[in-house]
Amino acid sequence: MILTKAQYEEIAQCLVSVPPTRQSLRKLKQRFPRYLSGVVKDGAAPVLLELANEMDYAPSLMARIILERFLQEHEETPPSKSVINSMLRDPSQIPDGVLANQVYQCIVNDCCYGPLVDCIKHAIGHEHEVLLRDLLLEKNLSFLDEDQLRAKGYDKTPDFILQVPVAVEGHIIHWIESKASFGDECSHHAYLHDQFWSYWNRFGPGLVIYWYGFIQELDCNRERGILLKASFPTDIVTLCHSISSS
Amino acid sequence: MASPPGAEVCKRSGRCSGRSASGSPLPDRTGHLAAEPADPARVSSRQRQRLRLVALVYSAVMAENLVPNLFLELYFVLQLLTARRMVATGDSHPDPGPGAPDSVGSPLFRNVHDCVFFAVQVLERQLQVLSYLDKGTLKLLAENERLLCFSPALQSRLRAAYEGSVAKVSLAMPHSAQAVSFQPETDNRANFSSDRAFHTFKKQRDVFYEVLREWEDHHEEPGWDFEKGLGSRIRAMMGQLSAACSHSHFVRLFQKQLLQMCQDPGGAAGVVLGEAPDVLSMLGADKLGRLRRLQERLLAPQSSGGPCPPPTFPGCQGFFRDFILSASSFQFNQHLMDSLSLKIQELNGLTLPQPEPSEDEGESDVDWQVRQNGGERRQFAVVMLSLRLLAKFLGFVAFLPYRGPEPPPTRELQDSILALRSQVPPVLDVRALLQQGLQARRAVLTVPWLVEFLSLADHIVPLLDYYRSIFGLLLHLHRSLVLSEESEGGMCFLNKLLLLAVLGWLFQIPTVPEDLFFLEEGQADGLEVDIEASGRGLDSVPVVDQHLLYTCCPYIGELRKLLASWVSGSSGRSGGFVRKITPTTTTGLGARLPQTIQGLQAQLAQAFFHNQPPSLRRTVEFVAERIGSNCVKHIKATLVADLVCQAESLLQEQLVSPGQKEGDPAQLLESLCSQLCPHGAQALSQAREFCQKKSPGAVRALLPEETPAAVLSSAENIAVGLATEKACTWLSANITALIRREVKAAVSRALRVQGPEPAARGERRGCSRASSLAVCAAISPLPQPQPQPQHDSSSLCSCPHQDVLALAAGPRDPEEGVSPEHVEQLLGQLSQMLQCRQYLCPPAEQHLAKCSVELASLLVADQVPVLGPPAQHQLERGQARRFLNMLLSLWKDDFQVPVPLQLLLSPRNMGLLAATRPRQWDLLLFLLRELVEQGLMGRAQIEACLGSLREAQWPEDISKELATLFSLFLAEPHIPEPQLRARELVQPNRGTVLAQS
Repeated sequence: MILTKAQYEEIAQCLVSVPPTRQSLRKLKQRFPRYLSGVVKDGAAPVLLELANEMDYAPSLMARIILERFLQEHEETPPSKSVINSMLRDPSQIPDGVLANQVYQCIVNDCCYGPLVDCIKHAIGHEHEVLLRDLLLEKNLSFLDEDQLRAKGYDKTPDFILQVPVAVEGHIIHWIESKASFGDECSHHAYLHDQFWSYWNRFGPGLVIYWYGFIQELDCNRERGILLKASFPTDIVTLCHSISSS
Repeated sequence: MASPPGAEVCKRSGRCSGRSASGSPLPDRTGHLAAEPADPARVSSRQRQRLRLVALVYSAVMAENLVPNLFLELYFVLQLLTARRMVATGDSHPDPGPGAPDSVGSPLFRNVHDCVFFAVQVLERQLQVLSYLDKGTLKLLAENERLLCFSPALQSRLRAAYEGSVAKVSLAMPHSAQAVSFQPETDNRANFSSDRAFHTFKKQRDVFYEVLREWEDHHEEPGWDFEKGLGSRIRAMMGQLSAACSHSHFVRLFQKQLLQMCQDPGGAAGVVLGEAPDVLSMLGADKLGRLRRLQERLLAPQSSGGPCPPPTFPGCQGFFRDFILSASSFQFNQHLMDSLSLKIQELNGLTLPQPEPSEDEGESDVDWQVRQNGGERRQFAVVMLSLRLLAKFLGFVAFLPYRGPEPPPTRELQDSILALRSQVPPVLDVRALLQQGLQARRAVLTVPWLVEFLSLADHIVPLLDYYRSIFGLLLHLHRSLVLSEESEGGMCFLNKLLLLAVLGWLFQIPTVPEDLFFLEEGQADGLEVDIEASGRGLDSVPVVDQHLLYTCCPYIGELRKLLASWVSGSSGRSGGFVRKITPTTTTGLGARLPQTIQGLQAQLAQAFFHNQPPSLRRTVEFVAERIGSNCVKHIKATLVADLVCQAESLLQEQLVSPGQKEGDPAQLLESLCSQLCPHGAQALSQAREFCQKKSPGAVRALLPEETPAAVLSSAENIAVGLATEKACTWLSANITALIRREVKAAVSRALRVQGPEPAARGERRGCSRASSLAVCAAISPLPQPQPQPQHDSSSLCSCPHQDVLALAAGPRDPEEGVSPEHVEQLLGQLSQMLQCRQYLCPPAEQHLAKCSVELASLLVADQVPVLGPPAQHQLERGQARRFLNMLLSLWKDDFQVPVPLQLLLSPRNMGLLAATRPRQWDLLLFLLRELVEQGLMGRAQIEACLGSLREAQWPEDISKELATLFSLFLAEPHIPEPQLRARELVQPNRGTVLAQS
């Protein structure tokens, strides 16, 4: 599904959740006592989740904030990120049983953020990498994958580097990156800065596959050497095996 | 030394154009004034003489390189040619009356007519240089109506030069930024001292390209400033380069990127221009050329800043210059200088192929041509342009601390600065490199980059002893590059022209003292380099072409612009000169259309090498080059050799067929070639097959075992493609010429083998079919086996023959002799062998022919010792006659070489006959008659032989008998033999006869 920017924004308008701005956080803190009074009444009630819904805030993020606050109060030192991450992944590690329950509720009910969703994202990403690998093998295109590249000491590693470049829609492709997500403006720009341009800087032009589509207007760097596709390309031109006959 | 007049003129026109020493009228070139028509008739005869003299001196000064910049002088002359009108200044001289004497002080150019007259006079003497300019300039010159008016002869010579010129120069320089690829061998963690350094460099690489991309996007926007836009980011990045080793990594990246982006890609990469393939598919080839010219007109800067622009950093070079300036990092500059120096030395020392002195002419000749085709010049151009780029940046960085916008220091300050600077060692020992270059006759490579380096020097540099000696050497070289001197093994014309252009440009750069050219004369002593050193160097190889000349010296294009502006300014009658831009529509240029398959494949092949180690590319190119060359040799040895064989048999057929006269050899060759050359087309398919078969194995043998299969197979295919392209390009251009050359060589070889000189051939030509057979036999030296049960070799046959002759000639034992049967058998064998021809070679056949004539002589003289009853020691006459008949038929039908029948009447053989007792002339007469009868010898020929025989000194009686023979032979009808037998005469003095033999 490739959307125009206008189409995407229309959807985003509908789905928009409260951005984690300072103002909303302040509101959150003011209402913090509600949690305590709430859980005292009934430890099993989904107080935290409701709070998040009321605030129009992602439940897992809400859980994170509460947890941070909780740990800060109990241990007197700001908790490290890894500890919090680990507790979010496994709420049973949270010393307070009620909070553990509340956090768990938030996490399982959040379909956008949180360790569970991250895990699903990772799985989908991996799935598509395997899919891409199979397609490459099927097309008889030889490549080096990320692990092989890392072993060779490459400092930046796309999913696949083609050992022999091909052309897609008239553009030379040296590498292919698989993204099992929708390419919106924000994520694409982050990816460009952190990954795609770095690949270009080292290996030349390449292809990004956003398996769940992307905003058409973002595919504007084709001439520069970054090509976007929403599926595995069909018209791949390989280096001809009988150049002389052409 | 005082400035020569030419230089004075030049300085006036070039550096302070529009200023005049006196108040004399000035040529005005401003466009808004209508051009005044120039008329040769309005140049007075006195003025003519004067102008002609000055033009003569001026041209001589130019020819001897006594002016600093040849092209500046040409520019000045063209300015005169295109002057619109004269503008009187302040106190204009009153035109002296017709009778007034011309004082030296009176102005040389009084009006436009004088200017044009002088210009044409000079141009006439500069035709050689002019004819090497690009086609566009030649066209404009040839079409200049003033030039036509003043010198139709010069105009027609220029037109001829224009029509003969192939020097189309395209100045559009497309470029596409491509990143330097990451190579694990040099770029992975193992090459860094710490993880931190590794990761820092990782980030730097990304920042560098980010900055580059931003520059590409914005640098043409008005108001965008490099320093404001990127300066702080660059400095922040440079600040992270703490470890020294990181600096060297970054410098390597910087330098590689510089070379990749700023080289002339048209010459270097050989990739199709920009979007050309797309447009081609839309417009077709003919319109593409126009489109490209239009692109050039729109993209090429309107003016490169006059005929002597100061050094600039055009295009992408600007990014690298500004990067260095913004970074303002001492460490970076130092590392950059180190790296540039190393690379310059490496490239400068590169062995560039030279024409091998050909010991085996044919082969190396082919090799050289293949390589020429495969980019000999291109390789030189790439190396030279890289060197110029690197040297320019080295000069820029090295002299950066000393260069500023302020005017040159005053004399008083100079001394202290000189004292300081003269003890600083040079960044690179360019003097030594220059000396080596001159000695090795590689000035054409070394001088252009050295000039780039020196062009960025500051005002003090030319005053330092070290650099002054370099300028001395360059001046010396400049003087020695006399264009009119062309010697075997000397420097090629265009090589010289390039050096003159770059040196001339250097001498005009503001930082080089104006008087250096005239003051430094003769100071090159002690550094004198023997430029005339023996041995062929790069200088004598035609490595420079017009494209390279104009790429290195874009300011030469100012000549064209000057002429073009004259055309566009001279209104009305110039409609045909300025081409209008006619709009051409394309369908949706915005959307990218599929590229042509070849273009995309070429791009893919280029891209393939991008991320592979450089050695892979070198290997593939090497294999392609060798296989391509071997392929040509192979085709020569097989296909061409076969065609030569065919040519030989065809030639024979043509001559044997009845009614066909032996034609002029040149004509024969022509018809043969027209028959055979079309077969040359097979060469291409055979070449493809050869390259297909041979290249993969060679690539496989040379690449590492561990090369991945896909990479290997692509490398093999690219090698096959390149080798095929090389071979086919050469073959399609040269196969016809090659076949022609080989066939011609074969024919002339055959004619040489055949022996006699053209005079003798002419004689034969007139005589008979037998001799024409002989000719064609000689042309066909190869055996033509015919189905024969028995193969006789000429050696087998000639041995017994010789025996017979030896026995006849004696001395012999009494019991020795030959039987008639033996002679008969011998002649039979000879006939068979001649018909079979399997083992026959022309010399053997010639030998046998001679032997057979000798045998005939012996038979005629009855000198064959016959075995048999003691009484009968001589051959029976009837038998002898039969043998002679057999010989006649051999001569007539079997021999294919000319038979030296005139030997029959040689004094020696005649002596044999004279020695017999009783002498019998009948057999000789019979033989002579039969020879004429059967067309083996012309009557006139025999008469001539007999005539010359009679002139020799013979005993009285023999002379008489010869005279009788002569008269008998002349008598037309057959005379029966008994009559002759009766005419036996007294025994001659044997001694005398023998003495004559």
